[in-house]
Amino acid sequence: MGVTRLWRTIRLGLKSLWLHRLRSLLTVLGIVFGVCSVIAMLAIGEGASYEAQEQIRSLGSNNIIIRSVKPPDEKKTSSTTTYMVEYGLTYADISRIRATIPNVTVMVPGRVIRTDVWNAKQRVDCEIVGTVPWYPIINNHRVERGRFISELEMQAVSNVCVLGHDMARQLFPIDEPMGKTVRVGSDYYKVIGVMELKSHRAVAGTSNGNGGGDKGSGQTPQASPADSSPATDRMFIPLTAARRRFGEILIKSSSGSRAAERVELHEATVKVDSPEHVVESSLIISELLKRNHKKKDYELVVPLELLRQAERTKRIFSVVLGAIAAISLIVGGIGIMNIMLASVTERTREIGIRRALGAKRRDIVLQFLIETVLLSGVGGVIGVGLGLAIPFFITYFAEMKTIVTFWSPLIAFSISGLVGVIFGIYPALRAADMDPVEALRHE
Amino acid sequence: MTNRCIVRLQDLRKSYQMGPVTVEALRGLSLEVTEGDYVMIMGPSGCGKSTLLNLLGCLDRPTSGQYILGDDDVSQLDDDSLSAIRGTRLGFIFQSYNLIQQLSVVENIEVPLYYQGVPESYSRMLATQIAERVGLKDRLDHKPFELSGGQQQRVAIARALVNDPLIIFADEPTGNLDSSSGNDILAVFDELHQQGKTLIMVTHSDEVSERAKRVIRLRDGQLEHDHKRH
Repeated sequence: MGVTRLWRTIRLGLKSLWLHRLRSLLTVLGIVFGVCSVIAMLAIGEGASYEAQEQIRSLGSNNIIIRSVKPPDEKKTSSTTTYMVEYGLTYADISRIRATIPNVTVMVPGRVIRTDVWNAKQRVDCEIVGTVPWYPIINNHRVERGRFISELEMQAVSNVCVLGHDMARQLFPIDEPMGKTVRVGSDYYKVIGVMELKSHRAVAGTSNGNGGGDKGSGQTPQASPADSSPATDRMFIPLTAARRRFGEILIKSSSGSRAAERVELHEATVKVDSPEHVVESSLIISELLKRNHKKKDYELVVPLELLRQAERTKRIFSVVLGAIAAISLIVGGIGIMNIMLASVTERTREIGIRRALGAKRRDIVLQFLIETVLLSGVGGVIGVGLGLAIPFFITYFAEMKTIVTFWSPLIAFSISGLVGVIFGIYPALRAADMDPVEALRHE
Repeated sequence: MTNRCIVRLQDLRKSYQMGPVTVEALRGLSLEVTEGDYVMIMGPSGCGKSTLLNLLGCLDRPTSGQYILGDDDVSQLDDDSLSAIRGTRLGFIFQSYNLIQQLSVVENIEVPLYYQGVPESYSRMLATQIAERVGLKDRLDHKPFELSGGQQQRVAIARALVNDPLIIFADEPTGNLDSSSGNDILAVFDELHQQGKTLIMVTHSDEVSERAKRVIRLRDGQLEHDHKRH
């Protein structure tokens, strides 16, 4: 059978469907919604997981991040006395890790102090990070202008700083920050560089948890980062300078009581030479820290693990979506089959006439099968159109990232075609199996 | 008469199973029709007229007996072969016209050619020619429901002629028509007969049957009377 014959059958099918426009449209709605929801949901899921994975990847897949955490049981002491809590990572931990694990290439110990930074009248609430010169390499966070802290400044305990991208703009709205100074408490720091734009919010935010910081409290310049909201930006100073200017003791006064905390290091990033060694190294570090810390006053974040977890989650998400899609398409297919069965009964006479005039069984099968496939195909096309439009509107209005992978409309459309074939076969066979004599007699 | 025999029925039987009862609609019918014949089949209802017409029209298969159409035994052919025979060698005209409602006049006439795989341009031309012959020249693009009964029956006649069939079967073609348009249609049949077409028609009406040279009366599934006029 030729292509022209097929084309004529398709035109015939379109004519029959056009005769019952409203019915055809309603029939097709099931497939339309099925297909469009598959594409839209996949696009949203893909977008969300892409963002999560980007955030995790920005921490570095070869990295292991160790953070100091205030142990919970230390908090319930009498509220009137002054006491001191000592917790977190120590410089001794760092040298132990460096000495024990051969795969460790670089380590960045860091102190994080939450405070305000000033330039004349401009104030920015930020995290001051005391760190080492090789911080940018490890965190995939590059300097945009100027340079990072040097080894020399580290040794000289210089008051220099590298500003975060956003805070540089807030502190110096008009003029160039390079070479200017910013004030923290009573100390002045010379700006030697500005970092490129990058958000740490993702993981820093999730691990630090609760919101509600101490934004307005100008009198208490130092606060633990563990119990404040994530800062908008970070400013980097030499670790040695941070140690000298801010000390290791944090004093917090609230409603008559004074609490002090002593933390040597707030975080350290360990870079392992290859991704294969990340997991074992993290286990060794965990063991090492467990042996030397009485309480669990630290946490390990392994971005690679998080990444794998995110991928697993995404896979589950895809399976669930696939199941929903399959169900909705099956429902749509059943709707189509229902209408086609009704249509076959309604057109019994037509079938009889066609058979009398020389139509073979397979001609009738083809005619009805093509009508069903046309229905589901048109539904698929409309569904793909809507499915491509919906993510666009979501991105536009809800400002959520959505990614339409090129295969998702393709798959959704071919499934809708397949549904047409599967659910069209039975009505078509029923039409073809009619006895011509009976069919002609049908009223 | 030198005309060849194109239909030969030999001891044709047909029985139906209606629940527990077996109904014998045809009980051993033998009949010959030669080319160019104009045959009327008459008889009271339930005598087996319709069954005979269905068997002759290859819409059904006999329970036993032989049916030779042209030179071929078609009594026990399979469904596809019967379809092919209907499409190429037979034409049908029904009491209730049986046009396909969503198709236009010319498209209705084309249907038998469509199933033979005749290219559209050629079948369109042929259908138009035949429509003109039966007086539907300016109705080609109308839908069946826009036509009168007589016009619809003309479409059906044109459709029966389009594949140049060996025999044309008509099942009470004037049954749904008033006498004037009925006579018009019968005039068309007379014309076809004069052109040498073989016609087999079922009718109730004696008036109609008078037009034919040969009248066959059936009773209880058997041939009662075969009257030939000259």
